[in-house]
Amino acid sequence: MIAESIVNISAAVISASTPLLFVAAGELVVERSGVLNLGVEGMMLMGAVAGFAVTLTTGSPILGIVAAAAAGAVMALAFAVLTLTLMANQVATGLALTIFGIGLSALLGSGFVGQPVPALPKLHLAGLSELPVIGPVLFGQDALVYLSVILTGGVAWFLKRTRPGMMLRAIGESAASAHSLGLPVIRVRYLATLFGGAAAGLGGAFLSLSYTPMWMEGMTSGRGWIALALVVFGSWRPWRVLAGAYLFGGVTILQLHAQGAFHLPAQVFSMAPYLATIAVLTIISAGPWRGRFNAPADLGKPFRPSV
Amino acid sequence: MDEEQRAPRLALRDISKRFQSVVANDHISFSVAPGQVHALLGENGAGKSTLVKIIYGVLQADEGQILWDGRPVTIDSPHQARGQGIGMVFQHFSLFEAMTVLENIALGIDNAPDLKELADRIVTVSRKYGLPLDPSREIHTLSVGERQRVEIVRCLLQNPKLLIMDEPTSVLTPQEVERLFVTLRQLSDEGCSILYISHKLQEIKDLCHHATVLRGGRVVGECDPAVETARGMAQLMIGSELKQLVRRAGSVSAEPRLIVENLTVPSTLAFGIDLKGISFEVGAGEIFGIAGVAGNGQNELTQALAGETTLHRPSTIRLDGKAIGHLGAEQRRMHGLCSVPEERSGHASVPEMSLAANTLLTARNRLGLARQGFIQPTEAQDYAQRVIDEFAVKAAGPSANAATLSGGNLQKFIVGREVLQSPEVLIIAQPTWGVDAGAAATIHQALFKLAQNGTAIVVVSQDLDELLVVTDRLAVINLGTLSPSIATAEASVEQIGLLMGGLHGMEGEAADRGSSKHVG
Repeated sequence: MIAESIVNISAAVISASTPLLFVAAGELVVERSGVLNLGVEGMMLMGAVAGFAVTLTTGSPILGIVAAAAAGAVMALAFAVLTLTLMANQVATGLALTIFGIGLSALLGSGFVGQPVPALPKLHLAGLSELPVIGPVLFGQDALVYLSVILTGGVAWFLKRTRPGMMLRAIGESAASAHSLGLPVIRVRYLATLFGGAAAGLGGAFLSLSYTPMWMEGMTSGRGWIALALVVFGSWRPWRVLAGAYLFGGVTILQLHAQGAFHLPAQVFSMAPYLATIAVLTIISAGPWRGRFNAPADLGKPFRPSV
Repeated sequence: MDEEQRAPRLALRDISKRFQSVVANDHISFSVAPGQVHALLGENGAGKSTLVKIIYGVLQADEGQILWDGRPVTIDSPHQARGQGIGMVFQHFSLFEAMTVLENIALGIDNAPDLKELADRIVTVSRKYGLPLDPSREIHTLSVGERQRVEIVRCLLQNPKLLIMDEPTSVLTPQEVERLFVTLRQLSDEGCSILYISHKLQEIKDLCHHATVLRGGRVVGECDPAVETARGMAQLMIGSELKQLVRRAGSVSAEPRLIVENLTVPSTLAFGIDLKGISFEVGAGEIFGIAGVAGNGQNELTQALAGETTLHRPSTIRLDGKAIGHLGAEQRRMHGLCSVPEERSGHASVPEMSLAANTLLTARNRLGLARQGFIQPTEAQDYAQRVIDEFAVKAAGPSANAATLSGGNLQKFIVGREVLQSPEVLIIAQPTWGVDAGAAATIHQALFKLAQNGTAIVVVSQDLDELLVVTDRLAVINLGTLSPSIATAEASVEQIGLLMGGLHGMEGEAADRGSSKHVG
C-alpha cells in the first residue's frame, strides 16, 4: 500500500519534472552561448499546441513531437533574427515572444479545446519495468521522459567534451575574444537559440500529449518561467539543472497531496512551486558567492562583429 | 630557409583602411624579413591596431596588397592567417576566464589534436621556451604574466613564421619583460619574424632590428632603433618637438596631509585581493606613487581610499587630522578628497551622458552645481567648458556625450574635472593608461601644478616609467601588502621590479620553479 503510493507519487514527480527539464536544458545551452531568451513560455505553448494539433489530425504522436520541436524552433528563429541579426534588446524581445506565443497558441488551438488525444504510450523496457518499486518509476515511462534525460546527458557531454561545445562556452564567456580568434559567434548563437526553441517545444508537447493529454489555453501556466529560474538555480550546469527540475517537480506534486491533508485554500498550495522559485533565486543571489555563480560572462550582451 | 631569405616574410603594399570618415591606414607599405624583430611604433590612434588586425585577418583592407613569402595573398579571417603561419598575441588578452589553459589553447588552434595530446605538447613547448604553464588551471587563477604565456604558447604551438605582439609588456614586471625578450630572441634566432607593436622606446631599442613609425595612419619614418636615439624616435612618433615637463621648484612639506594607518580590507569579490595592514603618509605638495603588477590589490586600495569601500575604524584614514575612514565617497569629497578611478568609461564617467552632466558626478556638491536637489544646468555647462578649455580637451562642447571622446581626451576631461576642484588630497589610478604622449604630458603637468599648490597626491600606476617621472616617493603593492616607501630619486628600476615580483628575487624564482614542477 505504502510502496504503491510511493510508486505513484514518484512516477508523478518524474512526469511533472520532465517538461521543466526539457525547457531548462534547452535554455541552458542558449544562455551558455551568451543569449538570454525570455520567450521560453511562448515557445513552450507553441510546441504544446503544434504537438497536440498534429497528433490529433495525423494520428501520429511522432509527427506531433517533431512538429512541436519545429514550432518552438520557428519561434526561436524569430527571436534570433530580431536579437542576433537586427540587434534588438534581448530582454524586451524575449518578453514580446512570450506574449506573442500565448496569443498565437490560443488562436491556433481554439478549435482543439476539449478534444481528447490518446496519451503517449508508456515504453516498458524489457524486464526492467518488472522490478519492484523502481521498475515502474524509472522504466515504465513514455519516450519523452527518457528523451529528456538523454537530452540533458547529451547537453552535458556536448558542453564538456566536444569542440563545438567548447566554442559555445567560449562565445558565452567573451564574444569579442571568440570573434578575434575567428570563432563564428553569430552562427553558434543562432544554432544554440534554435536548439533552445526546439527543446522548449518538446517541453510543451510533453504537457499536451502526456502530462495532461489535451489542449488548454495557457496550459504551461508559468512553467517556462520556472525553467528559466532553474537554469540559474542549476548554475548553468546540466546535471544540477536536472536535480533542480526534479526538486521543483517534487514540490509541484507534493503540494497536490498536501491540499488533501490540510484545510487551507488550494491556491495557497498551488503557490508553492513559485514561492520556492523566488526563495531559491533570492538565496542564490544574496549568498556570499554572489557576483559570480558561474553565469556566462557575456550573457544577454549583444555582439556587433565589426571592429 | 635560404630560399625564403630572398623574399621578405611579409610585405605590405599601399594598405588603406577607412572607417566612415576616418582614414585609419593611409597607403602603408613596409616589409619584414625572416627572423627579423620589426617594431611598429606609434601613438594611440596612429593606426597600429587597425593595421595588425588587417594582417591577422580580423579586418579587411579597402585597398592594397599583402605579400607573404613574395606571393600576394588575401587574408579573410584569423583562421586563414593562422593557416599561413601568422600568430598574434593580443594587447587585451583574448582569453576565457572561466575556462582552463588547455581549453583556451585548443580554441585558438585549428585542427587541434585531442586534448590529452595537446596538453603534452603545451608542456613540451612551454618548457622549450621557458614559459612554464599548467594546462589544467583555469585562467582566472593566473597572473597577467602567466596569461600572456598562454597566448604566446598558443601561437607557438602552430609553428608560426610571423608572430604579432601588440603592446606585450604593458602589464609585465621588468623581470617578466626580460624573460619575454629571451623567448622572443630565441624565436627570432630560429627564423620566426616578429612584428612588435609598442610605444616604449627603450624596449624597442633593446629588442628590435628595425622600426617603422606610424603617425595619423601613415608611415612617417623607418629607422634602425639600435642607432636612432629614443628622443629621435619619439619626435618621429609625435611629430613635434617633445615638450619637456616642468618639475615644480617647491619642496615637500614634512607635515603629512593624508595618513593611512593599518588599512585592512577583506575582499568582497570572488577573485579579489585582501588588503593587509597598509600604512603610508603623504605630505602637502607630495606625489606618492604606488607601483605594482595589475591585480595585486590596486583596485581594492583605490576604492578604500576614495570611499567606495567604507571602513569600520574612522582613524584608519586621516585627512589633515580628521578621521574620514568611515565616510563614503561623497562625504570624503566634501572634506577635500577627490579621486580618479582606473576605468574612465563607466566608472569615472557615464558614456551616454553629456560632459556637463558628467561634471555633476563629482563636482555636484563641492562646486554647488546642484542646489536643494535641483541641477544648475548653466553652472554645470560652464564648469564643463572650463575643464575643456584648461585641459585642451578635444570635444564638440559641454553637451557632447562622454562616449564621443577618444580615450586620451576623456581622461584629460576626468582628470581636469577633479583637478579644477582644487582638492586637498587627490587619489588617481592609472592616470595615463592607454593615453597618447601629448595627453599624458598635459595630465602630468596638471599633477605637478596641483602638488605645487599643496595638494597631497597618490598615484596608483602600473607604468613604472611614469611613476619614476612623476612621483617624489613610491611604494610597491604586492598581494595586498604595501612595501616600505622609497624616495624616487634613489630608486632603481631593478629594485622596484623585484618588489613587484614579490619582495625577493629569490622568491620569484622559487615560485616559477614550483609551477614548472607542477607542469611536469
